[in-house]
Amino acid sequence: MKFIYQTWWKVIVVLLILSTFITGLILPVPRLPVLHETIRNLYFHVPMWMGMLSVFSISVFFSVKYLNTGKEEYDLASVECVNTGLVFYTLGLITGMMWAKYTWGEFWSGDPKQNSAAIAFLLYCAYIVLRNSIDEEQKRAKISAIYNIFAFPIMVVLIFVLPRMTDSLHPGSGGNPAFGKYDLDNGMKLAFYPAMLGWSFMAIWIATLRYRIRLIENKRNSIN
Amino acid sequence: MKLIDQTWELFKKEVVLEWRSKYAFNGVLLYVVSTVFVCYISFNLTPGFDKSTGYKVVWNVLFWIIILFASVNAIAKSFMQESKSRLLYYYAIASPHAIILSKTIYNILLMSLLSILALLVYLVFFTNTIGDPLFYFLVVILGSLSFSTVFTMISAIASKAGNNGTLMAILSFPVIIPVILILIRLSKNAMDGIERSLSYGDIGVLCAINAIVLATALLLFPYLWRD
Repeated sequence: MKFIYQTWWKVIVVLLILSTFITGLILPVPRLPVLHETIRNLYFHVPMWMGMLSVFSISVFFSVKYLNTGKEEYDLASVECVNTGLVFYTLGLITGMMWAKYTWGEFWSGDPKQNSAAIAFLLYCAYIVLRNSIDEEQKRAKISAIYNIFAFPIMVVLIFVLPRMTDSLHPGSGGNPAFGKYDLDNGMKLAFYPAMLGWSFMAIWIATLRYRIRLIENKRNSIN
Repeated sequence: MKLIDQTWELFKKEVVLEWRSKYAFNGVLLYVVSTVFVCYISFNLTPGFDKSTGYKVVWNVLFWIIILFASVNAIAKSFMQESKSRLLYYYAIASPHAIILSKTIYNILLMSLLSILALLVYLVFFTNTIGDPLFYFLVVILGSLSFSTVFTMISAIASKAGNNGTLMAILSFPVIIPVILILIRLSKNAMDGIERSLSYGDIGVLCAINAIVLATALLLFPYLWRD
């Protein structure tokens, strides 16, 4: 994991995200009914979820590592990944709601995708509450690691599987086409894929920063 | 098979313990009956409600909410009643998989019995509007199975974290909401007497959620129970 502390990939991440601000807002997009220019939100809404998914996956990885070794750093890494993931989660919900306002007519229309995203949000809020309810550090680390591993597959089912089974207005659900298959033309790919990559690594970067701050705090608070 | 033997012995122990005191069973049964009765009296305040169009929807949703709270109450006890020394004893004699499996199977049995009884009591008080009773019955059994698998794992986590009811509710409700949504959709189909083959997809999703929960419970419980 040496590369996490190096500078080159952070420069690339910043360049990628800056490039999507330019390509995403300037490059021509296909004119589709209902969507029109709001299709540009694709470069900002979907990458938020991608960022959330990558930090949540990393957090599960560290939870598994914690259960196997019992090292406190792994617990700190996993909780900071969840915290960062929750920020991206909120941003994803907000960008989605704004998009919904202009295409579906309302910020919150009770669409299955929106509802299950809200439920999965509660699932991770419960993780935070669970952590706060236990005082003893090792016990807290163990139980929250277990809950984190338990919550992740349920979150995936909730957000990415269940809405696809029902009628939802969201692309990729209920027979609606997802963008990849049918109308993501080459010009859009040029802005979309860098955005996905850039925001995912941005999430990882924020999580590592928070993890390092947490480590320093932990070192200062410990008794030696 | 050692695991099956251990599970069977622990399961027998659960049943015998419950049979001696009948505390959980009678307590939850009384809870269900009194809730149904309160609902019955409250709905009777509005005359002619059972003829109105929304009656079927309310009937169905109300039944599931009663079962949901009954099962939270019934299953939350499954790990709380164990004393620390008894857990230590299990730790010495049985594998963790056997413990979580026996608890889950016992809870499935308890919940199936309870929800069948609850359905009968419910049918006595509220006018029966079920179009496909056999299928509705099957959905109730499936529901008690899903509630048991989810709540057993959650109550194991909650019991380690200070054992309070609030935590149990906070932890379990996000997990149980998708399950109960599917159950309500399934049972509404059964109520309207819709063609059974249309519901197979939902049953599949429910079984998949159960499989995921059970698999994660089996994987994680060995880490959870020892401290």
